[in-house]
Amino acid sequence: MALTTVRTPEAVLRAETPQRGPGRAPRRRTPLTWVRGGGLSTLVLALPLLVVFGLFSWFPIVRAVVMSFQSTNLVTPAEWVGLENFQYVLADPLLPQAATNTLYFALLALVFGYPVPLVAAVLMSEVKRMRGLYAALAYLPVVVPPVVAVLLWKTFYDASDTGVFNTIAGWFGLGPFPWLQDQAWAMPSLVLEATWAAAGGTVIIYLAALTGVPPELYDAAEVDGAGVWRKVWHVTLPQLRGVLFVTFILQIIGTAQVFTEPYLFTGGGPANSTTTILLMIYHYAFGGRGDYGAATALSLMLAVVLAVLSAVYFKLTSRWSS
Amino acid sequence: MKSSRRKTALVLVGAMTVSALTACSSSDDDGGLTPAEASAAADEPVTIQVAIDEGLEQGAIDAFDTRIAEFEEENPNITVERQEYTWVGTTFAADLAGGTLPDVFTVPFTDGRGLIERQQVADISALVDELPYAEAFNPNIAAAGQGPDGGQQAIPIAAYGQAVHYNRGIFTEAGLDPDDPPTTWDEVRAAARTISEKTDATGFAEMTKSNTGGWILTTLVYAMGGRAQTVDGDTTTATIDTPEYREALQYLHDLRWEDDSMGDEFLYDWATSHADFGAGKIGMFVSGGGDYGNLATQNAMNPDDYGVTALPLEGEDGAVLGGGTLAAVNAKATDAEQAAAVRWIDFYYMSKLTDEDAAVADAQATADQGQPVGVPILPVFDQGTEDARREWIADLTNVPLDQFAPYSDRVVDQPLEAEPPVATQDLYAALDPVVQAVLTDEGADVDALLADAQAGVQTLIDRG
Repeated sequence: MALTTVRTPEAVLRAETPQRGPGRAPRRRTPLTWVRGGGLSTLVLALPLLVVFGLFSWFPIVRAVVMSFQSTNLVTPAEWVGLENFQYVLADPLLPQAATNTLYFALLALVFGYPVPLVAAVLMSEVKRMRGLYAALAYLPVVVPPVVAVLLWKTFYDASDTGVFNTIAGWFGLGPFPWLQDQAWAMPSLVLEATWAAAGGTVIIYLAALTGVPPELYDAAEVDGAGVWRKVWHVTLPQLRGVLFVTFILQIIGTAQVFTEPYLFTGGGPANSTTTILLMIYHYAFGGRGDYGAATALSLMLAVVLAVLSAVYFKLTSRWSS
Repeated sequence: MKSSRRKTALVLVGAMTVSALTACSSSDDDGGLTPAEASAAADEPVTIQVAIDEGLEQGAIDAFDTRIAEFEEENPNITVERQEYTWVGTTFAADLAGGTLPDVFTVPFTDGRGLIERQQVADISALVDELPYAEAFNPNIAAAGQGPDGGQQAIPIAAYGQAVHYNRGIFTEAGLDPDDPPTTWDEVRAAARTISEKTDATGFAEMTKSNTGGWILTTLVYAMGGRAQTVDGDTTTATIDTPEYREALQYLHDLRWEDDSMGDEFLYDWATSHADFGAGKIGMFVSGGGDYGNLATQNAMNPDDYGVTALPLEGEDGAVLGGGTLAAVNAKATDAEQAAAVRWIDFYYMSKLTDEDAAVADAQATADQGQPVGVPILPVFDQGTEDARREWIADLTNVPLDQFAPYSDRVVDQPLEAEPPVATQDLYAALDPVVQAVLTDEGADVDALLADAQAGVQTLIDRG
């Protein structure tokens, strides 16, 4: 009886890779062989990218790391201050509130902002006609420049009874609501606009992912008597889980760095109720004295926290998403 | 291969680190010019960039160029290039570090001391000492541009006291007499309540954002006899957790919660408050006494509606918080550039305060642009010099001076106090949330808010 052997990918790789040994001397690598092997052309092609990336992306990062250990006003000689900037930032009584506000924004954005694009994409994918129009309408807010969008919404949020939203609420016998002018209302108001502004991009990602779901899976589910909800739960969501995991962590990272909305809507107010970590960094650097050491120290801490969070997240979800 | 990549990455990161460290250590020497250096530098051939307001029409640019030509004729060794510039605090340091700041530029009083503390402007005190009017500055105004040693490192070119701006049209609509504006804080409160009850406008608005909340709160505190800091030698102490700050906050609390006369907007900054005042949505608010130009030209306020009155002062130490504009010199300017820059400041900014021909030429150019001429300002020198200047430009004055009278007639007799000298903007920033809390939370714990602000500001002062 002949045994059937299965070749694992590793075995194939070993078989196809030239083996070094007594019978086959290794080729000497010289500059000439490197050039002939395409090394020079590769380097020349990559050089502009490396220079631009290094100069405008990595150099500022390295510079920021250095500045976080210094006291500098960008004019007089910088002084090395060790961990003083980090100690100062960690002792700042505003830090816990800013961190809490940032988490609150992230949580609200997750609760309201994460499901909305998914539901919208699933609904759009079910529509047979004018799907492109709906997708374009959903994407439209993303095209509006963020500053314009915020200024527009600022007028909507006018807290007087003649404000746009308060007028609409008035038709239903509600309000007027304080929107941005109240410590409890301000953050949800920011999340509402941020969700409106960002959902379109995620909808497009989900729509693209949904086209990759094999239709026979839905057919099979229908044969098994599944309704819409069970098709979504048992077919759509499992098929999208890879994309969902990525958009989830991207949303967390994005919301942890929220700046535009609190900066333009409220400046962090009322009474620091919308002051986020990034707004704190901004105020350290540009709000008064120009404390670039404290600003870069807090930036570095935020980057480390987000990097660790991302690593842990991918570690935890690697099994589920594969 | 892997280790080769790692080595390459390490080399790249190392190179960038070295570059970053090198960038950090570059700097200029400094400590200001000695008189001998100033004298030696004065005649060197030199080119300087000087600030000109952004967005001017061609006529104003031509008038500026004419002044440059006159200056270059008087100073053949100096070449002057104009550069559009507007003071933006947030990008100042980056502009300075990046070399995109002109050699001569202007900054508000509020930021002057901070820039001097951080050595972000050139120490031109030795050059200023050589000017014929060096000893003639109004001391309270000169303080905004002085360093810790009293040297005049930036030159005041315009000054004002804080004031209560009011809308005469709204006053009339509310049944108040616009020619008899409030003269006490109780009267301000009563007028605000009347306006809120009888019109659609906000009775009394308060700026609260982008450091303006602290600025206006401190204005009230000064007017009620308090101060924000005490300086004893090298020691500066914040005086925020004080009865005067409590009194000012209680005043705002009462307007907001007892009278409901502060409207619905509690996140005003400078620009939005002025826009709403210009649009006739606000009855009264406190801001700089020299704001008419902005209101008339950028916020299209009807000149007939504009009214301004002096701040009510209470208590023995009640004083008007001063403000204004300083001319300063780039910290990276060479000795010769500094000398030329001070000559330009003397020629362009100061001569229109002290010389009739220059004053009239400047007023004419301003009037030709349709800009306000003759807005009353506080004397940078003495009242006699300021009165003479007003007389020179009287024929070109195009603002309704009668409507300024409640301010201009009284402010000259009011004690003027400079802004808190150390970490001014940081102090104001720390007070923004305090004001916002009082206006958005009826039960705000003022004691706790002030105690926290006091600790925060003191930490900032001590951090240097």
